[in-house]
Amino acid sequence: MYRYDEFDHRFVDERVAQYRDQVRRRLAGQLSEDEFRPLRLMNGLYLQLHAYMLRIAIPYGMLSSKQLRKLAHITRHYDRGYGHFTTRQNLQLHWIKLEDTPDILAELASVEMHAIQTSGNSFRNTTTDAFAGAAADEIEDPRPYAEIVRQWATLHPEFSFLPRKFKIAISASAEDRAAVKMHDLGLYLRKNEKGEIGFEVLVGGGLGRTPLLAQTIKPFVARRDLFSYLEAVLRVYNRYGRRDNLYKSRIKILVQSLGAAKFAEEVEAEWQATDREAVALPDNYVAEIASAFEAPRFDATPVDERALERTITANPAFARWMKHNTAAHKAPGYAIVTISLKPVGQTPGDCSAEQMELVAGLADELSFGEIRVAYEQNLVLPHVRRDQLFALWQKLDAAGLGSSNIGLVSDIICCPGMDYCSLATARSIPVAQRLAQHLSEREDAIGRFNIKISGCINACGHHHLGHIGLLGVDKNGEEVYQITLGGDAGDNAAIGQIAGPAVKSDEVTGAIDKLIAVYEKLRQGEERFPDTYRRVGQAPFKEALYAAR
Amino acid sequence: MQIVTGNRLRDGAVIYFAGAGDWTPAIDKALVAEDGHADALLAEAQVGAPPLPVVGPVLIEVRREGDHVRPVTLRERIRASGPTTGPMTGHTALDANPAASGVDDYSI
Repeated sequence: MYRYDEFDHRFVDERVAQYRDQVRRRLAGQLSEDEFRPLRLMNGLYLQLHAYMLRIAIPYGMLSSKQLRKLAHITRHYDRGYGHFTTRQNLQLHWIKLEDTPDILAELASVEMHAIQTSGNSFRNTTTDAFAGAAADEIEDPRPYAEIVRQWATLHPEFSFLPRKFKIAISASAEDRAAVKMHDLGLYLRKNEKGEIGFEVLVGGGLGRTPLLAQTIKPFVARRDLFSYLEAVLRVYNRYGRRDNLYKSRIKILVQSLGAAKFAEEVEAEWQATDREAVALPDNYVAEIASAFEAPRFDATPVDERALERTITANPAFARWMKHNTAAHKAPGYAIVTISLKPVGQTPGDCSAEQMELVAGLADELSFGEIRVAYEQNLVLPHVRRDQLFALWQKLDAAGLGSSNIGLVSDIICCPGMDYCSLATARSIPVAQRLAQHLSEREDAIGRFNIKISGCINACGHHHLGHIGLLGVDKNGEEVYQITLGGDAGDNAAIGQIAGPAVKSDEVTGAIDKLIAVYEKLRQGEERFPDTYRRVGQAPFKEALYAAR
Repeated sequence: MQIVTGNRLRDGAVIYFAGAGDWTPAIDKALVAEDGHADALLAEAQVGAPPLPVVGPVLIEVRREGDHVRPVTLRERIRASGPTTGPMTGHTALDANPAASGVDDYSI
C-alpha cells in the first residue's frame, strides 16, 4: 500500500498540531462555535445527537492490519468499543469527546491515517472497488489511480473552496463494484485500440434530494491527460456551480441544467485552453505510485480442490458461506473473501474493537496483512488461499462475523439514521434490524436482493439505488417510510421509482413481504428484482402494496 | 412547556439547562419554562463568559408525566435516552435517563 513519505508525515503532523491549538482555543473560549465549526469539519469532526462524531478517512477503502489495530485501539480507548463503516469506505466513531480529538488525530497520524477532507465543501474520499488488485475481471489495478487522485485532490489550491462536496469513484473492472454512476465524477479505466490506458469520464451523479446518474462527457481521456482534464471539469464547476442555494450546489445540478452535451463542450473548451503539458501525468510517477501496490508474492502451490470439495460437501454452513461470501481471484488458488458486518439483528456496518483486532490478525495470517472496506459496509480480505477458507470461516463464525449473506436480502445498506444523526428525520437501523430478522430465513429462496435504507433525504444509505429503497421521513411527528422500487447500483445503475404513499413504521415489514411475493411470482429464471421490475413495470407491485388500502 | 437543551462543549454529551448557570444530563432536573417564558429561559441559558459549557442551545417542547419531564418529539426522546438499536451501542443506563425518555417500545 501507499506509504507516507517525509512530506506526508510532516503535513499530517503539522495539521495535528494546528488542530490541537484550535481545540485549545475553543475550550478556552477564545474561539466561538461559529469560528470553530469550519475548522473541526476540516478535520472530520461533526456534532451529532449524542456526542461528537469523527469520520476517519480510509483512502479508497484500503487498510493495513496495523491501521485496523490502531482503529480498534482508538474505538476502545476514546469511544465505546465499536465503529461504523460507511458507504464511502470510511469509519465513523459516534461517541467522541472534543477534548480527546487532538490525541486521536495524533494516534491516527502515527499509522499514516487522518480525518482530513471527510467533511466540508471539498474533495471527499476517492473510492474504488473493494476487490481492487485481486479481482479476476480487472483491466488494471485502480488503486494507484485512486492514490494519484487523492494526492491531487488534497488541499488543491484552486479547488479548496468548491460550491459543495465533491465525490470521485474509480472502477477498473468489467463489473462496476464502486457504484461509479452515483458520484459527482466517475472514472472507468479503459484501454483504447492501441491498448493504452485511459479513462472514460462521467460527471453529474449523486443521490440525496435530486438523485441523478452520472453521464459520460468524455469516452476516453489518455492517462497522461487525467489531471488536466479533471482540472477542466472542476474549473467549469467552480465557475458556474451555484453557491446561492445549498440544495442546488452540487455538480449534478449544473450538468442537469446545462445538459451533459453542453457541459462536455464547456469542459472541452476549458481543457483545450489549458497548458496540458504543465500538469501532464508522467509515466514514471504512475510507475512510482503503482510500485506501492504491487501484488503480493502469491503461493503457487496447487490447492487440493478435491479436499476443499469434500469439506464443502461435509459442511453445509461453510458451503453457503463459500457461495455467498467468496469471489474469484486473479491469482490461481486464491479467493476474495467478504466478511459480513450484517449479522441478523445487529447494526449494519458496525464492528467492535475485538472484531477489528480479529480481522487484523486474520489478515496477517491469511491475506498478506491487507483489509478493504466495501461501500456496502462490509470488510474484505482480498487474498486468501482457497485451502485456508474453511479455517478462516470457522474463526469468523466463532466471532460473530460468519454471516453468509453477501448480496442477499439481509445484507442491508443502512445509514446511522435518527438514532445517531442530527440530520435524520427517522430511524433507519431498527428498520434494517427488523427486516433482516424477518427475511433472513428465506433469503436463499429470495436470491440476490438489495434493500437500502436512509434516515433522511440526504440518502447516505443509498436508498435511491436499492432494489427496494426505504426513506424515513417525519409526518406530523410520526416516522413513515417512502418506498422506492427498481433502483440499482453498478453497471445497470438506475434510480428507484417512488411506489406511492409512505407507509407507517409498523407497516414496513408487511409491505416488503408483499413486494417480494410479487417478485417471486413474476420473476423469470434467475432474474434479479430490478430486471423483473423493468420487464413488468411498477403496476403489479403498486397494486400489491396499496390495493387493500 | 419547554426546556433548553444542547450538547456539552468538551464531550458533546446531551445536557439540559437547570438554571443558575447549571447544566445537567438528567432531563428530569431541567428547568421548565411555562408558556410565554421560554425565550427568557433560552436567553438565561446563554448568559456567561465564554466558553459556555453548551453548544447550540435550543428550546424543545416537553410535557410532565408525574415527576418526569418527557420530550414531545421522538428525536428528543432518543437524545434523552440514547440509541434504540440494541447491543453494541455502548449505551448504558448510567449514561442517560431512560426512564425519562418515554421510548418504551423500540420496535417498529
